[in-house]
Amino acid sequence: MKFTKDHEWVSLDGDIATVGISKHAADALGDVVFVEVPEVGKTVAKGASFAVVESVKAASDVYAPVSGEVVEANDALSTAPETVNSAPQADGWFAKIKVSDASELDALMDQAAYDAFLATL
Amino acid sequence: MTDQALKTTPLNAAHRALGARMVGFGGYDMPVQYEGVLAEHRWTREHAGLFDVSHMGQCKITGGDATAQFERFVPGDYEILKAGKQKYSLLLNKDGGIIDDLMAGRPDHDGLFVVVNAGNKDEDFTFWEANLEGDAKLTVLDRALIAIQGPEAAEVMAAHEPILAEMGFMECARLMLFGVDCYVSRSGYTGEDGYEISVPADQAERVWNTLLEDARVKPIGLGARDSLRLEAGLPLHGHDIDPTTSPVEGALTFALSKSRKERADFNGADRILKELADGAARVRIGLIVKEGAPAREGAEIADMDGNVIGKITSGGPSPTLGKNIAMGFVPPAFSALGADLKVIVRGKTAAAEVVTMPFVAQRYYRKPKTV
Repeated sequence: MKFTKDHEWVSLDGDIATVGISKHAADALGDVVFVEVPEVGKTVAKGASFAVVESVKAASDVYAPVSGEVVEANDALSTAPETVNSAPQADGWFAKIKVSDASELDALMDQAAYDAFLATL
Repeated sequence: MTDQALKTTPLNAAHRALGARMVGFGGYDMPVQYEGVLAEHRWTREHAGLFDVSHMGQCKITGGDATAQFERFVPGDYEILKAGKQKYSLLLNKDGGIIDDLMAGRPDHDGLFVVVNAGNKDEDFTFWEANLEGDAKLTVLDRALIAIQGPEAAEVMAAHEPILAEMGFMECARLMLFGVDCYVSRSGYTGEDGYEISVPADQAERVWNTLLEDARVKPIGLGARDSLRLEAGLPLHGHDIDPTTSPVEGALTFALSKSRKERADFNGADRILKELADGAARVRIGLIVKEGAPAREGAEIADMDGNVIGKITSGGPSPTLGKNIAMGFVPPAFSALGADLKVIVRGKTAAAEVVTMPFVAQRYYRKPKTV
């Protein structure tokens, strides 16, 4: 699992990347009440907003950690958005993206680097 | 890390000790949440929530014909207000727009005790300084303001001072509480029964901690304060109402006293009386958003043909109803209860319905009528 500075995570299996938001991000948001996941077939670009997560207070953009095509969206979040709080780095995943350039992941942080980054915040 | 530009309330250290997440609001470093907005919201609806609202402005307007002068700037009847009562009112500009909304009461026999919004208080105080004449004067109070709200608030407070249980909604008093000189009103901003207690700044932390010793009481941040007041249908100045909004547009005509309407002697009376007779160009409504994402401030409201007819000014999930609720402005023709409208959130259109406000029934304490 790798992480961005915007607190998304990505886990690569073959050329399919599962993406979501980190536990740190979920904790910072507080109670998640709504998630807008991308539509299957949509092309996303690394760094562009591809989903929205909402707490009671506010809506926040979620940025794609890798470029590619959305091949699956976690529609379960529409009825159970709280899964983002309870299991942000597992069942709370947002989408699966067929990556167009796996080398994009090289620039992302591994767990140790992300932990070190969080310590600087 | 405290933003140097932000002011602090006398309870800042207490919030930090409780592990609150702090944010800037109205120029102050304030707690947005302690354990979580949803849990705090529900606690207030079921038990008693404790809020630091010391960022709000508190003042007294006293001396000479201070009350008569104060009345000139608002559309409420204050000269006939009895000691021990308070009223909600609006500070209006020459065009009848709402400069601020406020609570003013007579907790004692010395003029008016007034509470105004944090973000407007400097402007309000400057206005009164400039406009009060003769012996009438403004005294800005260096006090903390603590609100306790919820169905168990009255029992919690009665344990400290039994007489508080006998106050009715919108009654106020100046009395010794926790061994110090306090102004207390039975009012609030959540739709629940409860009190707002003005205490000397240097006593605030002691009073706050004393109240938190009661197991029925938990600290509540500004996040839940906002979702609670939204459910209660109460507008937030600077968002739902502002200096361009008239009391008629803002659905706040209850703040226009009958005698003042007859006298037509308040700022903007021409416009406001005309709107009362002929209708305003737009009016504040409540909406239930029936699908999709919460519609928040800035989202557009459209008619069934997709024509944009207004905007959402506050909105979000209602923890009590389990639905997305919102307030916004539309022309009166679209404001009928039950009317179908649409809201546009991030380019997606969702069905909405005009509903009555408050969204969640208010539970203010009304004294039994005595013969």
